[in-house]
Amino acid sequence: MSILVDQGTKLLVQGITGGEGSFHTQRCIEYGTQVVAGVTPGKGGNQILGVPVYNNVERAVSETEANASMIFVPPAFAVNAIVEAIDASMPLIVCITEGIPTMDMVKVHSYLKGKSTRLIGPNCPGVISPGKCKVGIMVGEIHLPGNVGVVSRSGTLTYDVVAQLTSLGIGQSTCVGIGGDALPGSTFTDILKLFEADDDTKAVVLVGEIGGTFEQEAAEFIKSEMSKPVVAFVAGSTAPSGKRMGHAGAIITGTAGKASQKIKALSAAGAIIAPNPAEIGSTMQKVLTERGLL
Amino acid sequence: MKIHEYQAKALMLQSGIPVPRGKVAFTSAEARAIAEEIGGKVVIKAQVYAGGRGKAGGIKMADTPEEAEKAASQLLGARMVTHQTGAEGMPVSRVLVEEASEISRELYISILVDSTTRLPLMMASEAGGMEIEEVAQAAPEKIFKVSIDPAIGFQPFQGRKLAYGMNLTGKQVAEATRLMTNLYQIFMTKDCSLAEINPLAVITDGRLLALDAKLNFDDNALFRHKDIQELHDEEQEEPLEIQARQWGINNYVKMDGDIGCMVNGAGLAMAVNDLIQYCGGSAANFLDIGTLNTTERVVNAFRMFVADRRIKAVLVNIFGGMARVDVIARGIVEAYQQMDISFPVVVRLAGTNVDEGKRILAESGINFSEAKDFYDGADKVVQAAKGRMK
Repeated sequence: MSILVDQGTKLLVQGITGGEGSFHTQRCIEYGTQVVAGVTPGKGGNQILGVPVYNNVERAVSETEANASMIFVPPAFAVNAIVEAIDASMPLIVCITEGIPTMDMVKVHSYLKGKSTRLIGPNCPGVISPGKCKVGIMVGEIHLPGNVGVVSRSGTLTYDVVAQLTSLGIGQSTCVGIGGDALPGSTFTDILKLFEADDDTKAVVLVGEIGGTFEQEAAEFIKSEMSKPVVAFVAGSTAPSGKRMGHAGAIITGTAGKASQKIKALSAAGAIIAPNPAEIGSTMQKVLTERGLL
Repeated sequence: MKIHEYQAKALMLQSGIPVPRGKVAFTSAEARAIAEEIGGKVVIKAQVYAGGRGKAGGIKMADTPEEAEKAASQLLGARMVTHQTGAEGMPVSRVLVEEASEISRELYISILVDSTTRLPLMMASEAGGMEIEEVAQAAPEKIFKVSIDPAIGFQPFQGRKLAYGMNLTGKQVAEATRLMTNLYQIFMTKDCSLAEINPLAVITDGRLLALDAKLNFDDNALFRHKDIQELHDEEQEEPLEIQARQWGINNYVKMDGDIGCMVNGAGLAMAVNDLIQYCGGSAANFLDIGTLNTTERVVNAFRMFVADRRIKAVLVNIFGGMARVDVIARGIVEAYQQMDISFPVVVRLAGTNVDEGKRILAESGINFSEAKDFYDGADKVVQAAKGRMK
């Protein structure tokens, strides 16, 4: 098993005919993902990369039974794309788009309440279950199938963490980028719940960063519900207050947003803290060895 | 994005929130004229993008227009150093001159988006005039909060709850509710990330008055607010950060150290700075080069390093995904061809097209140090900055 995406994933790509959309769709197909449909209003009836294009999500779902959507729509139109997929009862939406206004996401979250759709992102690299399915923009080749779950707010830092794990022979069950925005569709806690329930995941790497309180919320869950070991790192120990560090959500606005506070909470909850970002893989190796999980 | 207090007050006044009578002055003569126009006692407030001005001497009282002129001349052209600025402080090129108020109580009101409920959150407290985090520590029972569902908007009963929480009575309750409704309107229509009135004064005749005003805006939403974009005061930014943006490097933050960093991705860029510190060094900047298809931005990043006289060594750490390593490598070679690079450069490359990237660097004949991994790169650059390059 794995979480969120696997061989049964039938992917629809919203914005498939755009530059980024088609580039990354191609790479997902090469990785082995079943891409069953694309949606670009006005381009219905065409084909791109051998994938049929539809004018809207509802039609695409009824004809192809797509069960996941990956969104590459510019920020001003991305909310419309997300809501369209929610209305088509899409089980999983992965929104790659960066730069969506916070207030638009407030409205999306309000609309999502009580519905069964799970949203990952926006402003995220996506989700990959190595050897099974890739829904996102991450480099497929660095991954190795295995039993460690990875959840992160970052993109390229996650690549480095995955490369560290893979070079030590530690494979991954699923890697989830929840995104760098202030209001992600799914939080660390949401993903930890899935990893805790997944038979194939034996341990989890959590990569947090400054801003918000998602790491503290995750710490609560780790303390009370998590039986599997969690290795954690929080980026931004050296970041100054009040400055946006690239990601919209990576800004220290109060004490809780500081890396030191997050590390303190995670450590107190029983997570194993990696001493620096280059030793996340080796910290996980040590934990797996000590607990006889290798 | 931040704006000045006087601009925030103008927006609030337009929305029906009472603020003291006043105007902005760019010269001490203008300050004097405004004080004359207002008549009586005035307050002269330095306009900078930082809090803590009161304690730092940035707010002065004046009984006469002459005193107002003198106070303004002391502030204008100076640099304001508060606990929220660096040691260099921020330049003061404008002051707000406004009527002094007789204050009987200082309250607090703010709105932000709460990441846990994912809804706008309005907070109110009768402990105004101090930072809300201090109140949260010292007297959390004095902070009242309501979550607002944008579908239904801010409701009068919520305003009354907060008003009673601040121990307001009589007509003040309806007045405060109206003020909060108006503040919520600004917050929503202008895509604010923070709207704060601290202090909200109860003046001696019982009326409410926004003595200070802070509005911050969501950078992601600025595309639909041209009027707000125009308010931005570039003088309040770090010159190096302005330079970076002019050269197409949008994610650059100046830091205090001497090691220049060029990284792809925000999380990795933060982690690189952390790792440099772990290895005993200190980064001069945060720089996320982003995804690129041309070498221009890489060359410009090197222009930044050359322009920044603090730089003793540079670390390039790239894990190619969307960004192609070969393009980065070509950019580094071009930078060496176009400028005189006198500091040591450590390069760590991984990811998409890494072999091609390494080949380009090796064949170029440029003098750089290759790092085998993430840790090695940070370690090498720290040694290089200390003059111990092997």
